[in-house]
Amino acid sequence: MHPAPSIIMFSALSGLGFGLLTMLGLGFPEVSGWVAFIFFAIGFALAGGGLISATFHLGHPERALKSFTQWRSSWLSREAWAAAGAMAVMGIYAALIIFTGTRVAILGWIGAALSLLTVFTTSMIYTQLKTVPRWNHWSPPVLFMSYAIVGGLLMAGQVSVAVPFLVALGVLQVFAWVDQDRKEAASDTTLATATGLGHIGTVKAFESPHTGGNYLTHEMAFRIARKHAQTLKIISVILAVVIPVALLLLPFHHLLALLAVVSHFAGVAAQRWLFFAEAKHVVSLYYGR
Amino acid sequence: MTLLPTHTEKTLGLVIDLDTCVGCHACVTACKGWNTENYGAPLADVDAYGAEPVGSFLNRIHSYEVQPETGGPAQLFHFPKSCLHCADAPCVTVCPTGASYKRVEDGIVLVNESDCIGCGLCAWACPYGARELDPSEKVMKKCTLCVDRIYNENLPEEDRQPACVRTCPAGARHFGDLSDPESDVSKLVAERGGFDLMPEQGTAPVNKYLPPRPKDEVPEFDILAPYLEPVAEEPQGFLGWLDKTLERIG
Amino acid sequence: MPQPKLDTSPKVSDEIRKTTCYMCACRCGINVHLKEGKVAYIEGNKDHPVNRGVLCAKGSAGIMQHLSPARLRAPMKRVGPRGSGEFEEISWEEALETAASILKPIRDTDPTKLAFFTGRDQSQSFTSFWAQGFGTPNYAAHGGFCSVNMAAAGIYTMGGAFWEFGQPDWDRTKLFMLFGVAEDHDSNPIKMGLGKLKKRGARVIGVNPIRTGYNAVADDWVGITPGTDGLFILSLVHCLMKAGKIDLDYLARLTDAPCLVNADEASDEFGLILRNEAGKALVIDRRTGKPAAFDGAGVEPDLSASWRHAGFTHRPVLHHMAERYLTAEYAPETVAERVGIDAKRIRAIAADIARVAFDEAIELDREWTDFRGVTHKKMVGRPVAFHAMRGISAHSNGFQTCRALHLLQIILGSVEVPGGFRFKPPYPKPATAHPKPHGNAQPGKPLDGPHLGFVHGPDDLLINEDNTAKRIDKAFSWDNPMSAHGMMHMVISNAHAGDPYKIDTLMMYMANMAWNSSMNTSGVMQMLTDTDENGDYVIPNIIYSDAYSSEMVAFADLILPDTTYLERHDCISLLDRPICEAEAAADAIRWPVVEPDRDVRGFQSVLCELGGMLGLPGFTNEDGSQKYADYADYIQNHERKPGIGPLAGWRGEGDEHGRGAPNPNQIEKYKENGSFWISHIPEDAEFYKPWNMAYQDWAVKTGIFDAPTPYIFTLWCEPLRKFQLAAEGKHRRSPPEHLKKRYAETMEPLPVWYPPFSDADERFNVHALTQRPMAMYHSWGSQNAWLRQIHGRNPLYVPTKLWDANGFAEGDWARVTSPHGEITVPVMHMAALNENTIWTWNAIGKRKGAWALDEDSPEVTKGFLLNHIIHELLPSKGDGLRWSNSDPITGQAAWFDLRVKIEKVAAPKESMPSHPAQKSPVPKAPETVKQKVGS
Ligand SMILES: Nc1nc2c(c(=O)[nH]1)N[C@H]1C(S)=C(S)[C@@H](COP(=O)(O)OP(=O)(O)OC[C@H]3O[C@@H](n4cnc5c(=O)[nH]c(N)nc54)[C@H](O)[C@@H]3O)O[C@H]1N2
Ligand SMILES: Nc1nc2c(c(=O)[nH]1)N[C@H]1C(S)=C(S)[C@@H](COP(=O)(O)OP(=O)(O)OC[C@H]3O[C@@H](n4cnc5c(=O)[nH]c(N)nc54)[C@H](O)[C@@H]3O)O[C@H]1N2
Ligand code: SF4
Ligand code: SF4
Ligand code: SF4
Ligand code: SF4
Ligand code: SF4
Ligand SMILES: [Mo]
Repeated sequence: MHPAPSIIMFSALSGLGFGLLTMLGLGFPEVSGWVAFIFFAIGFALAGGGLISATFHLGHPERALKSFTQWRSSWLSREAWAAAGAMAVMGIYAALIIFTGTRVAILGWIGAALSLLTVFTTSMIYTQLKTVPRWNHWSPPVLFMSYAIVGGLLMAGQVSVAVPFLVALGVLQVFAWVDQDRKEAASDTTLATATGLGHIGTVKAFESPHTGGNYLTHEMAFRIARKHAQTLKIISVILAVVIPVALLLLPFHHLLALLAVVSHFAGVAAQRWLFFAEAKHVVSLYYGR
Repeated sequence: MTLLPTHTEKTLGLVIDLDTCVGCHACVTACKGWNTENYGAPLADVDAYGAEPVGSFLNRIHSYEVQPETGGPAQLFHFPKSCLHCADAPCVTVCPTGASYKRVEDGIVLVNESDCIGCGLCAWACPYGARELDPSEKVMKKCTLCVDRIYNENLPEEDRQPACVRTCPAGARHFGDLSDPESDVSKLVAERGGFDLMPEQGTAPVNKYLPPRPKDEVPEFDILAPYLEPVAEEPQGFLGWLDKTLERIG
Repeated sequence: MPQPKLDTSPKVSDEIRKTTCYMCACRCGINVHLKEGKVAYIEGNKDHPVNRGVLCAKGSAGIMQHLSPARLRAPMKRVGPRGSGEFEEISWEEALETAASILKPIRDTDPTKLAFFTGRDQSQSFTSFWAQGFGTPNYAAHGGFCSVNMAAAGIYTMGGAFWEFGQPDWDRTKLFMLFGVAEDHDSNPIKMGLGKLKKRGARVIGVNPIRTGYNAVADDWVGITPGTDGLFILSLVHCLMKAGKIDLDYLARLTDAPCLVNADEASDEFGLILRNEAGKALVIDRRTGKPAAFDGAGVEPDLSASWRHAGFTHRPVLHHMAERYLTAEYAPETVAERVGIDAKRIRAIAADIARVAFDEAIELDREWTDFRGVTHKKMVGRPVAFHAMRGISAHSNGFQTCRALHLLQIILGSVEVPGGFRFKPPYPKPATAHPKPHGNAQPGKPLDGPHLGFVHGPDDLLINEDNTAKRIDKAFSWDNPMSAHGMMHMVISNAHAGDPYKIDTLMMYMANMAWNSSMNTSGVMQMLTDTDENGDYVIPNIIYSDAYSSEMVAFADLILPDTTYLERHDCISLLDRPICEAEAAADAIRWPVVEPDRDVRGFQSVLCELGGMLGLPGFTNEDGSQKYADYADYIQNHERKPGIGPLAGWRGEGDEHGRGAPNPNQIEKYKENGSFWISHIPEDAEFYKPWNMAYQDWAVKTGIFDAPTPYIFTLWCEPLRKFQLAAEGKHRRSPPEHLKKRYAETMEPLPVWYPPFSDADERFNVHALTQRPMAMYHSWGSQNAWLRQIHGRNPLYVPTKLWDANGFAEGDWARVTSPHGEITVPVMHMAALNENTIWTWNAIGKRKGAWALDEDSPEVTKGFLLNHIIHELLPSKGDGLRWSNSDPITGQAAWFDLRVKIEKVAAPKESMPSHPAQKSPVPKAPETVKQKVGS
């Protein structure tokens, strides 16, 4: 799939943002006053920024509100609701903390749950797609939420908890990649089933319908070379896990923590880029790619 | 309308004959012509006369080569593909706005362009590559099964069929109600063993494809040998045979 | 949410205007839907006999052709150097004055100094009439480089060819064999026909080195080695004759198989047909055992008996056939390797043909009477049909190969019978009923007769006493004596070389001669721009009419911009290349369904004006004024012969058809009827047309003939033998020495096969071909925003064996070298391809600056032409002569003889050769196309 920057930024940023909001909702750390303001502001900025970035991907962002209508079947619609709900609840929760100094724990818990739910709905947009075997897998929800939690912990400065979580995330990510490879290889959708010509012999795509590109070839027939994917995977684990762990294991310093967050975020972005670039849409079979 | 109807009154769709399609692309431009002038926004082309022209088309002709397992020469097939109006259309259920819907009366899957936010998710959900975002209008485009032709009272009755079917010179495209076992299309599917594309995707496509007939099976010479039983090996013999035969005729 | 309410009955348009498509020569009927007076949508006309409502990709994309940004806007005169594309728009007055001031002195002094050649226009009977009035012998249309082998071989053999002259009996054929066709002129009818066969489950065999399109849907694919079809076909003939699977009755009654041929080498008439005083071929009448004119009442021709006359033995043609074709030379085992088809497979195909032709014969209960007055109770059909086109004709052995195929159909008795091949009026028409070529020019006078025609021996050639050619293209000269369509592909190079003479003005219409329609394209561009020692152009004046900004436009001095097909009158006439069906005569018109929004004029109307200005007979009234106001006026009022005009329908008061006085309301009548006229052939006249008196009478009534013209098929092509006799010194004139051997080898009166001339050089052992893409018409398609997305570039397709041998991978480029030059182009793998053949789509490559395309368009950067490496002359053989790369008999350009070698090279920046940009004479094209007229 084409790794559109707007979508990658959306998923990476909003994951981080909702992760932080989740932590704040749960009271890690318990903040107040201007500190709370800054923490919440960062959380909202990331989550909201991500959502805004996502609208760049839309052909008609001015109609975005219509996407609230189809929550009964559409994960994208559910994501809209979840995001709005999370922002609203967390907004009230934050306002109460910042302006009145009261922390209504139950609101925080609900907000945290909605924040995580938002991340979950985002992941389900991908997971539901049978057309992309790599995504149609247990891993996107687990990974998206894990990244959000770990990112949230890092942002929230929960160093001691973050380290083991980071390590676990690294292991989980590697395992997910391996299992995604297996899933994709085992996909029963092939050029033979796509064309129904398999009973005659080995099918090979000859010419594309048009010599020029089209929406589908631009959007879906993108695929990164395996070799590059391997390298990028290593880099993404180093950035997202190894460097942050190393930095956090050093004596604590705000600068190091900030570096850890930045490195982690870069790793997540790389991971998300790969998430798209590695994903093969079955329609690419028709185009011989 | 992103929930699929539990039942449609008719199941309109196309039956495409892979034994007959010569790959002429007539259906491609006929479709573009009709649907540019009719339903929704025109099907635009950007960089139309430049280095990378990209236009939206609702129907495209692929081609595939098949190397038979039994040896024999490679075969080539032209392969038209447009929306298959799936019964379990994943493109519909993923749509966040309700722009995508499947009609209750005939099962046609449509996009209501004024509700479409151009998120592209439906195109991701379609395994067949049957949806294209218009490069200019930025709304999702797909085959409408010519819903504005097939019931159109301003058209003579015989023309109430999709533009691509009407124009196909080889007669490789057929249109009809696949839920009616007595319809021509249903009969064709039954006779010729019409099949689904990517059945494992669980989309239950309505459009069916008719398989190519077996190729390169020249009747074995042994069966035909008597037809070439020599009457003469050389000219002189031939003339002898000629005389005899002419006597018999004459 | 409820389903949105849809208007399923929107208004389709304000008005439908019916006219004739012209994105190719198929001429389908179209319904042009107008909204607010603008073209909104184009669909096929369901009542139209050609297409029955269907349209091809080009026809359906006609609106984009009509709106093309490459449309020329006004007359132009060249202001920069030739080829630069620098023009200034001028008025029509100035344009016409300029043209007349060039042409008038030529006509007054030496009309041969004008060469007027037209492309694939459909008004040849009109343009040739103009050229004849002008007096130049140098007129022809594109047939010489297109498919004259197909046309001439068919006409000389059976009085009509495949091409536009006939069609298989799609409704009855059970076995259909297709040779060398990718698309054909009869585009939609062939597709519709194949669809019918498929529906009935009839078998289709495709003989073609490449398996795409029609050949992809064929049940059997025979991936023949290019240039060897003649051998394959004659091997089938061998098998069938050996097995006696030939239709003796048909051969005896309807062909020259029983005609007596002088069989004595000692005779001066060796190889000529024995004739009576009236010139009628003689046969032995089985009733009397005596010679009789073949067409005598009740004559029963004997296929077997020979006759001694004047001391020489005369034997029936069939004897000669047996002698020739029963030899081992044509045995499947002998030919298998060369043609690349297993001997067993050749036999199996022959056997299957025999089985279907004779065991599955069909009979129609239709009584008919033949030209000998014999009545037959039934019409017997041999349901095997053949069709072929340029794959067999565009070779240097094409004429004989096409004849071989006709021989095959004829021995099966499958021509003009149910289930076989059928002629479309005005065919059948024997070669002898066509005019002979004329080429005698005189200052200020019209030519002595029509330019093109059929020669029947050396006496008919257009040569001077010193054997030099009378025509600039050397058609009808010793070089290519039977060049019935002229040799347009030789005009520019001959004019440049001043051989046979220099010309002053080249006037062309609708032919992209500076690009895809020329061989040796780079060379031709040079010839067009070459100057002499005084710095003057070697070809002094070039006048050109095109409708679009083609490559050729840049090479003209004066541009006469044409209208597009929706903006003008045209006439698709029985005098020319009509739209008839096997069961009907039909003709059609185009008319301006919209008015041009530019300062352009239909070229035919411009010729009417120029004709008046030059005072050409036929174009001026007695008082010297212009006779026809415009082409529409000509179409309605011109009479070739009393009662016969360009259009056959609604003559006289509107109630006469075929023959009748001109009708001032004729075009209106056509419009009312969907722009066509059709007259059905009576049932008893639908088959056996050349011999069927009911047909002959109908043809006379319809104005096709003046008198019944029945004839027999001529398997023995006597004109060829006459040329051989001349080469043997048995004629008053004889061809130059260097041609004599070739005459002996190639001009055999019975079909033969000889290797294509380019096969000589072993170093170039790969065949290189082009095919027409169904969705593109030559060079015009690229200006169409929809079509160019389908074919925006043309890879070179390489078969598996060559792909692996060269270590090619996706995205690679190759250098392709012929004896004449090289090109560097992108490659692509294709398995369903003859293992020694590479190919590409024709005419996709474009020159920078042409067709209103951006200069970095894929057509320019990746597209290419094979034409650069095809020379109009064969490589020199050291005899000091350069032989034309054509069929030695007809002069048909041998496009598909091309032999090359191929090697992998690093990808260049763009495909090579690349030529500098020509300046576009039209404004830059829009970025985005969002065509919609209604709201
Ligand atoms: N390599 C290779 N070359 C080939 C062939 C091949 O098979 N292989 N085929 C050959 C054959 S058979 C042919 S017929 C030729 C075809 O060659 P051309 O006849 O040269 O083909 P076109 O590209 O159609 O060029 C016709 C010109 O007519 C112009 N035109 C189009 N419509 C109109 C109109 O309405 N009015 C006027 N005045 N002009 C118009 C177009 O703009 C174009 O410039 O190509 C030959 N060249
Ligand atoms: N869409 C479209 N239609 C057209 C045209 C166009 O440009 N586009 N052009 C029109 C014109 S001017 C013409 S002349 C006609 C020509 O129509 P076609 O005769 O169909 O011409 P080509 O496309 O050149 O196809 C020649 C075929 O012969 C095959 N071939 C080549 N060499 C051999 C051989 O030695 N043996 C055999 N058996 N096959 C061989 C090639 O593979 C190819 O399939 O089409 C007309 N119709
Ligand atoms: S083919 Fe694709 S777009 Fe059409 S209904 Fe099925 S899933 Fe939806
Ligand atoms: S692109 Fe339009 S139709 Fe498709 S899912 Fe998004 S809103 Fe629905
Ligand atoms: S049914 Fe209509 S919209 Fe669908 S592919 Fe055919 S022409 Fe296009
Ligand atoms: S119009 Fe018919 S034959 Fe041509 S590509 Fe479409 S389906 Fe195939
Ligand atoms: S075959 Fe196509 S381009 Fe040619 S006349 Fe017919 S519709 Fe037009
Ligand atoms: Mo041609």
